[in-house]
Amino acid sequence: MIIHTIFFYIFSIIAIFSAIMVTVSRNTVHSVFFLILDFITISCLFIMIGAEFIGMIMLIVYVGAVAVLFLFVVMMLNVSKQKNEWLGDEKNSNHIPIGLLISGIIFFELIIVVGGWKYKPELLKTFSSIGIDLDSTNTHEIGKVLYTDYIHLFQLSGMVLLVAMIGAIVLTFRKREGIKRQSYFRQISRERTEGVELADPKNNEGVKIDV
Amino acid sequence: MFEISLGHYLILAATIFTIGVVGIFLNRKNIIVILMSIELILLAVNINLVAFSIYMNDLVGQIFTLFILTVAAAEAAIGLAIIVIYYRNSGTIRVQEIDKLKG
Repeated sequence: MIIHTIFFYIFSIIAIFSAIMVTVSRNTVHSVFFLILDFITISCLFIMIGAEFIGMIMLIVYVGAVAVLFLFVVMMLNVSKQKNEWLGDEKNSNHIPIGLLISGIIFFELIIVVGGWKYKPELLKTFSSIGIDLDSTNTHEIGKVLYTDYIHLFQLSGMVLLVAMIGAIVLTFRKREGIKRQSYFRQISRERTEGVELADPKNNEGVKIDV
Repeated sequence: MFEISLGHYLILAATIFTIGVVGIFLNRKNIIVILMSIELILLAVNINLVAFSIYMNDLVGQIFTLFILTVAAAEAAIGLAIIVIYYRNSGTIRVQEIDKLKG
């Protein structure tokens, strides 16, 4: 159990450190790297606590897709010139005290919520009937619930992904001028009468081909 | 003292959430870092949900985490697409210079 505690503190410190580095790093590429480190650390915490499926899915989705997408966009947009200097210049830094104040208030409110809720332990009751069966694996349990009780929400989330994919393609689609493209509609709607012409060549004269 | 309880996970999630909010408030240069801060906030919410799900012996929190993951991925894709076309049109993604919607 002490090993579990030590691992929790190690992963927590790495997670908080990399989260801070995401926001204060001057280079955006470094921010993306620290974001990847943060995702990996939190998924290690999830696997350690017993939610293996969520941890693995977080590795696949966040590190494999979202963070790589961020990295791709950062490298494509050439923002390495635009350094992230959020404490640098003087004239644009008058929002910083208010921002820090509001952030501190948010943090202490969250801490107060956690503390006050600990003194009312009867809230820690399970309200749902879907318990965790310790005999079978986590993935098995999630599958049994996700594909029966939550099948409509599952399909709706697939629809959300489809709409996001189509939206991203439509947003970034660009029509270029001056290049030859294939026109499927014209290709398919061609008929024999406009494509083939019967000629009747006379002897020693040949056929005139219009260009 | 050495037992990791639910409160530890909640405090970790609160800390990461606050760091994300600080990143949104104080960042004035690069809008991609703001999107990454939003991802941090969603990550903190996921930590809360999974911790409650484990400690209260209820599987619904993990199901909900899956849906949040889906929405976060869709949001990142759409946000980055908007950033790409904005950069293509105006040549900059600095937060200070995005003032076309000046009220």
